[in-house]
Amino acid sequence: MIKLDNVKKSFGDNHVLRGMDLEIPKGSSMVIIGGSGTGKSVALKCVLGLITPDSGTITVDGQDARKGDRDAFLAKFGMLFQGGALFDSLTVWQNVAFRLLRGSLKRPTEEAREIAIEKLRRVGLKADVADRLPAELSGGMQKRVGLARAIAAEPEIIFFDEPTTGLDPIMSGVINDLIREIVVEMGATAMTITHDMSSVRAIADNVAMLHNGVIQWTGPVADMDASGDPHLDQFIHGRAEGPIEAVR
Amino acid sequence: MNPVLLLGQLGRAVLTVMAAFGRVAIFALDALSHMLRPPFYPREFGVALLNIGWLSLPVVGLTAIFTGGALALQIYAGGARFNAEAVVPQIVAIGMVRELGPVLVGLMIAARVTSSIAAEIATMKVTEQIDALVTLSTHPMKYLVAPRVLAALLTVPALVAIGDIIGIAGGYTVAVQNLGFNSAAYLRNTVDFLEMRDIVSSLVKGAAFGTIAAIMGCYYGMNSGRGAQGVGRATKGSVEAAAVLILAANFVLTGVFFSL
Ligand SMILES: Nc1ncnc2c1ncn2[C@@H]1O[C@H](COP(=O)(O)OP(=O)(O)OP(=O)(O)O)[C@@H](O)[C@H]1O
Ligand SMILES: [Mg+2]
Repeated sequence: MIKLDNVKKSFGDNHVLRGMDLEIPKGSSMVIIGGSGTGKSVALKCVLGLITPDSGTITVDGQDARKGDRDAFLAKFGMLFQGGALFDSLTVWQNVAFRLLRGSLKRPTEEAREIAIEKLRRVGLKADVADRLPAELSGGMQKRVGLARAIAAEPEIIFFDEPTTGLDPIMSGVINDLIREIVVEMGATAMTITHDMSSVRAIADNVAMLHNGVIQWTGPVADMDASGDPHLDQFIHGRAEGPIEAVR
Repeated sequence: MNPVLLLGQLGRAVLTVMAAFGRVAIFALDALSHMLRPPFYPREFGVALLNIGWLSLPVVGLTAIFTGGALALQIYAGGARFNAEAVVPQIVAIGMVRELGPVLVGLMIAARVTSSIAAEIATMKVTEQIDALVTLSTHPMKYLVAPRVLAALLTVPALVAIGDIIGIAGGYTVAVQNLGFNSAAYLRNTVDFLEMRDIVSSLVKGAAFGTIAAIMGCYYGMNSGRGAQGVGRATKGSVEAAAVLILAANFVLTGVFFSL
């Protein structure tokens, strides 16, 4: 279980997180929605310890995320970055197999390559992209390579920052199914950020909406339509009129 | 202007500079500690050796040969003013080995290697590749910084040695071809004149300058601001800082080797 308790983070006088509370039960899929620039990516990075919160606590399975063995802690995680964040000096398969080529999960090169190609296939990429460089791929393909890298070592907890942005509708469907499959079959805990409401319905067990630095609404995906929360209603129906200002 | 205000500004500037030095020193010690502790990344180290050492050879060779040649011409012309043209081999040797070889190689490495390290790491930083490294349980100091610093520490002295030799060869060529020096006598004068201390100082300077060049590139890259502007600023800052520090270190090391 991942628990955020009153997490605050500011960049200068830009108060991004203003006391965020959130619980993600083990083996469930949480989707975080919220306007652009509300701090969704910052929240994920706080859990991973890439950004240090100004105050508040974050625990993973009861253990404080910032204390203890960082390597063991990070070994539990897979992360798809919003921009892909592929290593441009390495080929596609070396990116996907990065974890499997060094450190505690190291395997023979041949085996790592086979696993990488299998993961690429699962995100809808053919084996012939394996030896290309990330810069030679389209944006959507890079995103999917990032996804393959996030799931390559079969982590317990996976964060997806906008997994379907920039993908065609069919590929979005494939990725939604894949994320669902990872949660159901592998029992992983997933935390996904998305702006795509069809993804939300396909992936989520629970939904949380971040607004003004706090969780505005959270609950099971089935309750989302009848929440009675004007912010959430405006967001899921994509209305320009409502309590959320269009210029933020 | 109010003298108190002026003093305050001066104080702030001094504090800023001292703080920057402190941060760089801490960064350097951190890099050193990661060089000594596993895991090691031999592939990264190999790539760094190739980039910093081998691929710098052409620019180092060309710099040295032209400098050596020009030095011979200058000393001949200058020496002629008091009938001391004959000192060309000795002065070229000492000038290249003690001073120009290490300094010019160091500055060339700052231009070529520091800038590319800073730009590469800064780009990795702004595209979240450094964050990705961390989440993949790989320490950026170990994976990115340690191999580059170690490679520079080991290869730049070798580059300096090669630069010294090529520079002397440049002086020799000009002296023998254009200034009428006897080939065998020129070489004998060069070899007889150089002392062990000259050569050791040259190599030590090379190691120091290489380390400075790599550390400044890594430091500015890892601390880059956001966006393309951040990368540009990191690259510019790293080369400026490396060049100035190399010249300052050269002054200090020259003092240590030759005036004590
Ligand atoms: N490293 C940083 N330094 C300064 N400000 C930052 C940094 N990272 C994020 N921010 C700021 O924090 C705010 C939230 O950014 P974040 O990337 O979390 O938004 P987001 O909710 O993920 O938006 P989007 O849906 O557009 O990706 C933004 O105003 C951004 O400018
Ligand atoms: Mg984001």
